[in-house]
Amino acid sequence: MDNLLSIITFIPAVAAAILALFLRGDDAAAQRNAKWLALLATSATFLVSIFVLTGFDPANTGFQFVEEHDWILGLKYKMGVDGISVLFVMLTTFLMPITIAACWGVETRVKEYMIAFLMLETLMLGVFCALDMVLFYLFFEAGLIPMFLIIGIWGGKERIYAAFKFFLYTFLGSVLMLVAMIAMYLDAGTTDIPQLLAHNFASDDMVLLGFHIVGGLQTLLFLAFFASFAVKMPMWPVHTWLPDAHVQAPTAGSVVLAAILLKMGGYGFLRFSLPMFPIASDLLAPLVFWMSAIAIVYTSLVALAQSDMKKLIAYSSVAHMGYVTMGIFAANQQGIDGAIFQMLSHGFISGALFLCVGVIYDRMHTREIDAYGGLVNRMPAYALVFMFFTMANVGLPGTSGFIGEFLTLMGIFQVNTWVAAFATTGVILSAAYALWLYRRVVMGELVKEGLRSITDMTRREKAIFAPLIAMTLLLGVYPSLVTDIIGPSVGALVSEHQAALPPSGDTQLAQN
Amino acid sequence: MEKIILFAPLIGALVCGFGWRIIGERTGQVLTTGLVMLAAVLSWIVFLGHDGVTEHISLMRWIESGSLATEWAIRVDRMTAIMLVVVNSVSALVHLYSFGYMAHDDNWSENEPYRARFFAYLSFFTFAMLMLVTSDNLVQMFFGWEGVGVASYLLIGFYYKKPSANAAAIKAFVVNRVGDFGFALGIFGLFFLTDSVNFDVIFAKAPELAQTNLTFLWGEWNAANLIGVLLFIGAMGKSAQLILHTWLPDAMEGPTPVSALIHAATMVTAGVFLVCRMSPLYEFAPDAKTMIVVLGATTAFFAATVGLVQNDIKRVIAYSTCSQLGYMFVAAGVGVYSVAMFHLFTHAFFKAMLFLGAGSVIHATHHEQDMRNYGGLRKKIPLTFAAMMIGTLAITGVGIPLTHIGFAGFLSKDAVIESAWVGSSYAYVLLVAAAAMTSFYSWRLMFLTFYGESRAGGHGHDHDHGHDAHGHDHGHGHHEPHESPLVMLVPLGVLAVGAVFAGMVWYNSFFGDEAKMRAWFGMLPAAEHQVEAATTEATTETAAPEGDHAAAGAGWTQGAIFMGPENEVIHHAHEAPTLVKVSPFIAMVLGFALAFQMYIRRPDLPAKLAANQRPLYLFLLNKWYFDEIYDFLFVRSAKALGRFLWKRGDGDVIDGSINGVALGIVPFFTRLAGRAQSGYLFHYAFAMVLGIAALITWMTLWGGAN
Repeated sequence: MDNLLSIITFIPAVAAAILALFLRGDDAAAQRNAKWLALLATSATFLVSIFVLTGFDPANTGFQFVEEHDWILGLKYKMGVDGISVLFVMLTTFLMPITIAACWGVETRVKEYMIAFLMLETLMLGVFCALDMVLFYLFFEAGLIPMFLIIGIWGGKERIYAAFKFFLYTFLGSVLMLVAMIAMYLDAGTTDIPQLLAHNFASDDMVLLGFHIVGGLQTLLFLAFFASFAVKMPMWPVHTWLPDAHVQAPTAGSVVLAAILLKMGGYGFLRFSLPMFPIASDLLAPLVFWMSAIAIVYTSLVALAQSDMKKLIAYSSVAHMGYVTMGIFAANQQGIDGAIFQMLSHGFISGALFLCVGVIYDRMHTREIDAYGGLVNRMPAYALVFMFFTMANVGLPGTSGFIGEFLTLMGIFQVNTWVAAFATTGVILSAAYALWLYRRVVMGELVKEGLRSITDMTRREKAIFAPLIAMTLLLGVYPSLVTDIIGPSVGALVSEHQAALPPSGDTQLAQN
Repeated sequence: MEKIILFAPLIGALVCGFGWRIIGERTGQVLTTGLVMLAAVLSWIVFLGHDGVTEHISLMRWIESGSLATEWAIRVDRMTAIMLVVVNSVSALVHLYSFGYMAHDDNWSENEPYRARFFAYLSFFTFAMLMLVTSDNLVQMFFGWEGVGVASYLLIGFYYKKPSANAAAIKAFVVNRVGDFGFALGIFGLFFLTDSVNFDVIFAKAPELAQTNLTFLWGEWNAANLIGVLLFIGAMGKSAQLILHTWLPDAMEGPTPVSALIHAATMVTAGVFLVCRMSPLYEFAPDAKTMIVVLGATTAFFAATVGLVQNDIKRVIAYSTCSQLGYMFVAAGVGVYSVAMFHLFTHAFFKAMLFLGAGSVIHATHHEQDMRNYGGLRKKIPLTFAAMMIGTLAITGVGIPLTHIGFAGFLSKDAVIESAWVGSSYAYVLLVAAAAMTSFYSWRLMFLTFYGESRAGGHGHDHDHGHDAHGHDHGHGHHEPHESPLVMLVPLGVLAVGAVFAGMVWYNSFFGDEAKMRAWFGMLPAAEHQVEAATTEATTETAAPEGDHAAAGAGWTQGAIFMGPENEVIHHAHEAPTLVKVSPFIAMVLGFALAFQMYIRRPDLPAKLAANQRPLYLFLLNKWYFDEIYDFLFVRSAKALGRFLWKRGDGDVIDGSINGVALGIVPFFTRLAGRAQSGYLFHYAFAMVLGIAALITWMTLWGGAN
C-alpha cells in the first residue's frame, strides 16, 4: 500500500462528503447516524494508521510511505512521514474518535458539526504528512476554517469575538509565512520539502531598507515562519487568542485545539525553521529561549489568578508549550526528544483536562470555579480522573507529563543555565495553580445547593477517559515507545543542524 | 526477593484502591497490611543477610534520549538495606495500627467508605518510598521523591472536607516542589557534567567534578560544590529543613498514623538519605558540606525552640522531628554518613512510637489534641503511658554516660554530637542546646499529658491552631478516656523494642567500631584505602602527571557510602574529651529538671513566664513568624502579580496593542457576523469548507490517476 497516508488523510473527508451529500433531515435518527458515521470514520482512520506505525522503520531517518503525484498548475502532491512527523499522525488519529465520542451530547446542527470535525481531521493529518511546501500551506491554512466555524457556531456567548480573534491572529501570521514561502521558491527553485531541507539558504549579512540584517535571508525567512508558528503554538506574547478561543469553544473544539492544532506550530518549527534555517535558528535561539521561559513563568502566574476553569487550563497550555519551544531550539537530542514528547503528552493531558471541564460543564453549564466545590462527595470517579490528570499536568514522574518537561529542561540546561533555572520554577508554579484549581472544584464540603444532585461520570464518559489514562501512564513508565521511534530522526536532525553551523558559532559543544 | 519487597505494596495499593468494592473494605485492609508485612519480613532477611556488596537488579528501560539512558532498577547495598527495614517495618506496623485508629471516624458518616482509600494510600506511599530508596539512578530516585510527595499530599488532605487539611496538603506539595526545583537542577547539572545519571558513573567521576568549574547563572562555580548545594536544596524541602520547613507542622492535619509513617519515620528522612547516598560526591564538596552543617544545626536549634511552647501534642512532636532531622544533617555534613544513618535508623523507631503513642492518646480522649486539655492520663491509659515513656526516654537520650548502654536515642544522638564536636563548634553548641530543649519539651509533653489533674472539659483556652483534627463540637458530653485496642498497642510494643535496643545492638556497626563499620557498609578498610589511593596516584603520575587524574584515583570505588582518605572525623570523635561525651547527658538532665520544676512542682510558673516574656513567647508560639512572612512574600505577591500580568499585561498591553491595529477590522467583522447570524454566515463558511474538501479530493483522485 503505497498510498497509505493519502488513505488515512482522506477517509474523514470522504465521510464528511457522504454526510453532506446524503444525510437529510435533522431529526434524532439523522443526528444519531451522523455521529455514528463520524465515529466510524475516525475509528477506521485510526485503525488504518496503525499500519503506518507498524510499517514504519525508525532506523531509516528519511521520509517513508512517500507518494508523489503531479497536480494542477505545476504543483506537486507529495506525502510522506519521518520519525518526527509519524507520531503526530498517530496522535491525531488516536484522539479524533475520542473527540467525536466527547461531543455525543451536541444537539444543534449535528451533521454540520460532524462534518467540521471530519474535515478538520483531514486537514490536520495533511499538515503532518505533506512533503510539499504549497500543500503544507494549504492544509495549514484550511485547518483554520473548520476550527473557526466550530468556535463561531457552536461556541459560548462571546463566540464571534473569540472566533475572529483566533482567525485574525493565526491568519496574519500565516500571510508572512506565505511571503516567505514564495521567497524560498524563488531562491531554491522548488517547493519540495526534502529538497528544501537539503538547500542552503544564504546566511550572509545583508542590508535591507537601511537595516543591517545579521544572518541575511535566513533570518528574514526564519522570522516570517516564526510569526506564523509562534502564534499557532502559541508563544508569549502572541498567546492571548488562545484563552479566549478555549473559553468560547465547545468542549470537543477545545480538545482538538489544545491537543492537536497547537502542535502544528511545534511541528512547523521542527520541519522548517530549525533544519532549513540553522544559522538563523542559532542566532535567534536566545530570543526563543527567553520568550519560552517568560511564557512558562508569566502564564503560570496568570493561571493563578483565573476564575474560569477553561481559561486556567488554557494558560497552563501556553506554559507547557513554552517547554516545547525551548526544547526545540536547544537543538540537542534531549531538548528535541523532550519537545516532541511534551507535545504528544500534552495532547493526551490537556485534552483530558478540557474533557474534565466538559464533564461538569455539561451538568452545570458554568465554567466558573466558584460555582463548584466538594464534587468529590458526589463524584468520586470524576475526582480520581481529574486528580490523575492534574498530577500529570504538573509533571509527576510516572506520567508522560514528566518525561517531556524533564528532557526539555535537561536539554536547555546544557545551553543556557539562566533559562533552565527560570523555566524550572515553572514546576513550582504549575503545582500551585493546578492543585489550587483542584481544591476549589473538587475538595471540601459540598455546600452549593445546585450541586447536590450532580451525578458521577457516565459509562460513556469513563470510556472516553480510559484510553487517555492508559496512554499517559504507558508513556510515563515506558517512554521508549516514543523515543525509539523519534530518536534516530531527531539524532539526524541534530547532527545536520550542528554541521550546518560555522564552527565558531558552535555553542552546543562548549562542554569540556 | 527484592522485587517482591518492592512491588508487594504496589499490588496491595492497586487492589485495595480499585477493587475494594469487589473484595470488600475489610479484605482490602487485610490484604494491604499482609503484603506490607511480607515486604517487612523479607526486608529484615535482606538486611541481616546483606554482605556489603552492592547488587544491581535491572527491571525495565525508562527514559532514553541520546546519551541519556535511565532504567528502572533496584540497587541493593547497605544504605538500601537499612532503609528497606525502616520503611517496611514502620509501614507494616502503621498499617496494623490503622485498623484500630481508623475504625471509627467522626469525619465520615456511616455510609461513606474511607478505610480502603486510606490503606491504599498508605501502601502506595510505601511503594513510592521503596522506589526512592532502591533506586540505582537519580531520575528513578526523583520518581520516588515526587511519588512520596503525592502520597503525602493525598494523606495530609485525607480529610478533604476540611479546608485546613486541603490547604496543608497543597502547602506540603508546593513547598516540596521548591526543593525539587533544586534537585532537578542538580540532576541536569550532573548529566551535563558526567553524561550520566547513574550513581556508579557519577560516583566514579566525583573527584573530577571537584576539579571542574561550571558556569551557572551569574558565576563560575566549583562543580562538586554547586551540585552538592542544588541536591541539598531538594533534601531541605523533603526533610523540612529551615527555610523550607513550614509545611511539616501543617502536615499534622493528616491522620496520626500518617504522621508517624510519613512525617516522622520515613519520607522526611529521604533528604538525609539523599545526602548519604551521594556521599562520594559530597566528600569532594567541602562548601556544600559546610552549608549542610550550618543549616542542619540551625534547624535543630530553631525547631527545638518552637517545640518548647506548642500546645498541640502532634505539633510538638512535629517540631521535634524537624529538629532531629537537623541532627542527622549535621552528622552527614561533617562527613560521618554512617552516624547520620544511625540516627535516622533509631529515630524511625522512637519517633514513630511517639506519634503512634500520641495517636493512642488522641484516640483515648476522643480526638482532643490540645495538651492543655489533658492531664492525669497515666492511670487511665497505662499501656500507652508506658510506651510514651519509653519513647521519651529514647528521644531525650537516656543512658549510662561513658558506656554504650542506653536507649536508642542515647547512642545515636551522642554519636552525632561527638561527630559535630570534631567537625564544627557552631553545630556542637547548637546541638547540645537543642538536646536540652528536646529534653524539656519531651518531658513537658509527658507531664502535661499524663501527670497532674485531669483538665479535660476545661475549654477556656484560645484554640489557636485549629488543633482539633476531627471538627467535633465539645458539647457532646465528656467521655471517660479509654485504653486503645490491641491492634494499636501491639505496634507500640514492637516499636518499643526497637526504641530500647536498636541503638545498643547496632552501635558498633554504625559508629563504635570503625573497621567494622567500614566492612558493614562495604567500604574499603581505612588503611588499605589510603594505600590504594597512593598506588593509583603513583601509577597515574608516571603515566600522565595530571593533577585531576591523581585525584580521581582517590575517589569512590565501592561501598554504600564513601569517606575520603582525609576524613578522620569518626576517629577523632571516638577520642573526644570526656566533657564533650557527657555534655548531651548533662543537657538532658537540665532539660528534665526544668520541665519537672515547671510542670510538676510549680505548675503556675509557665503562665507567669509567658506573661513576663510575652514578645519572646509569641515569637516562639508563632514559629518565628515564618508562615506570615512567606504568605506575604510569596503567596500574596504571586497572586497579585498573576492578576497584574493578566489584566495589565495580557489585557492592556498585548491585546491593547494588537487589537489596536485590528480595531477597525474586528468590529466590522463582528457587525457583519451579527447581520449574518440568521444562518448566512454558516452557509457561507460551510460552502468554503466543502469547496476546499471537494478541491482536494478531486486533486487527489486526478493526481492519483496519473
